[in-house]
Amino acid sequence: MTLPDTSETRSPSAPPDPAPLFTAEGVTVRFGGLTALDDVSLAARPREVHGVIGPNGAGKTTFFNVCCGFVRPDQGTLRWRDEPVRGLHPARLAGMGIARTLQGLGLFAGLTVAENVLVGADRFRRTGFASSLFALPRAAADERSLRERADRALEEVGVASYTGRYPGSLPYPVRKRVALARALAADPELLLLDEPASGLGADDMTELGELVRGLTERMAVVLVDHHMDLVMAVCDRITVLDFGRVVAAGSPAQVRDDQAVIDAYLGEEARAGGDDD
Amino acid sequence: MQQFVNFTLGGLSQGAIYAAFALALVLIWRATRIINFAQGAMAMFTTYLALTLIESGLSYWAGFAAALAGGLVLGALVERVVMRPVEGGPELNAVIVTLGLFVAFQALAAILFGATFQSFPAPFGLRGFTVGEMTIAFTPFSVFVIASVVVVMLALTALFRFTDLGLRMRASAFSQEVSRLLGVRVGRMLTLGWALAAVVGSLAGLLIAGGNLVHPAYMDAVIVYGFVAAVLGGLESPGGAVAGGLIIGLALSYVSGYLGSELVTLAALAILVAVLLVRPRGLFSRVAARRV
Repeated sequence: MTLPDTSETRSPSAPPDPAPLFTAEGVTVRFGGLTALDDVSLAARPREVHGVIGPNGAGKTTFFNVCCGFVRPDQGTLRWRDEPVRGLHPARLAGMGIARTLQGLGLFAGLTVAENVLVGADRFRRTGFASSLFALPRAAADERSLRERADRALEEVGVASYTGRYPGSLPYPVRKRVALARALAADPELLLLDEPASGLGADDMTELGELVRGLTERMAVVLVDHHMDLVMAVCDRITVLDFGRVVAAGSPAQVRDDQAVIDAYLGEEARAGGDDD
Repeated sequence: MQQFVNFTLGGLSQGAIYAAFALALVLIWRATRIINFAQGAMAMFTTYLALTLIESGLSYWAGFAAALAGGLVLGALVERVVMRPVEGGPELNAVIVTLGLFVAFQALAAILFGATFQSFPAPFGLRGFTVGEMTIAFTPFSVFVIASVVVVMLALTALFRFTDLGLRMRASAFSQEVSRLLGVRVGRMLTLGWALAAVVGSLAGLLIAGGNLVHPAYMDAVIVYGFVAAVLGGLESPGGAVAGGLIIGLALSYVSGYLGSELVTLAALAILVAVLLVRPRGLFSRVAARRV
């Protein structure tokens, strides 16, 4: 499979690319007369962090909405381990192992932290409706294992001490971690992080960077964020969107030096800076 | 004094029925943010189902079980077939559809079962217990009414608080979109919510009917009282619905006893207006929002 970003990123000394876990090919989304995404392709590979950057309105969130099944693309396909994904329904994609955090976090206000994260583990539930309705022992065992998964995720992001609290009573950085824990409780193979660093201080951001790097041992990560330091430090590859199109793709170094990126993304500011030198 | 005791006891057993009906409304409100105005008509329909079976020679309990099972199926069917197409649209559309269902079920019942009054049996005696010399307004049937509502409330609370299925239903109630993102089959949760609500509604219908007359519109007043009870309880929590039901039952019983039975409906509406003006999120809003 040839994709725009694969040929460009491979440096002569680098080991061969792992086969993509998830690919979007030629994804186009139109809202009425507006083309939000125009022929966007991207391949997420195991053990890699793939950054998606671009100015506001470039289509980053729309792209995530396609990847998690909220928005159906007008054209293009998604592939999971090289098989086309049929029936792009959020619950189905979640069941396959795609998890996503939301910009607005989307925590359930009336559920405790522990319960919020427990819902995230749902894809590992083995028993149906009837057994939990009638409280069969099978359901109890199932529930124990889900709780263990949720506890592990809470532990991993360092919010295990907040389990009985309601999200509304917690400071924003803690809520963000709870949202991440909920995504991790699904033990995803592909994690989509939507602006994970927004609203975080410098310390929290450094910690987040380390956490995300650590996650690559288990999963592929695709990350949308505005904080260039974080993106450049954490990502193995970057895709740059502008007006719904891919304007550049490659390693952080390649993207940083790409003239199209400087024009589109850094815009006037970068040019003004360049003139001063 | 004896009068007050009688009004209180009568109010509690009526209140338990309003509580059950309010529970049914709350279940659907939590899941879909709509008030199901057809709840009473659906309950009336399943009560007629029970009556038909009982009149054909089956026992009261067979009819009772059939009505609850019928409620389960009817609730699921209504959600899948009638409500599904309007879900996700403006809530008003769905509410109008439930009003349409209300009229349709009532008309259908009149066609199928006749528009006359028919008496409905009670499984237990309707003679008040005697305390010393006095006969109080508390019958074996009242005990059954209160016990069955308590059982249903405990079962629902256990379902929501302690099971993974209940957790998914609560999550879907808070945010369908996020729940889908986490892999929850929200559609099934909605179907189950409607089915459970219809079972509880059917129970209320059977309890109201016991020892009374039924006709296609016999649930109409209960819809109003149950709705007031649900609003009083904040619409969100099963516990609030039950408390609201008991409060309404007592209040209406006192109004009926001391002021005159013609004022009961007026009193219910006055309570509704007062609650909406003073505590629009219900008497227990803060606690209720936490406890669900």
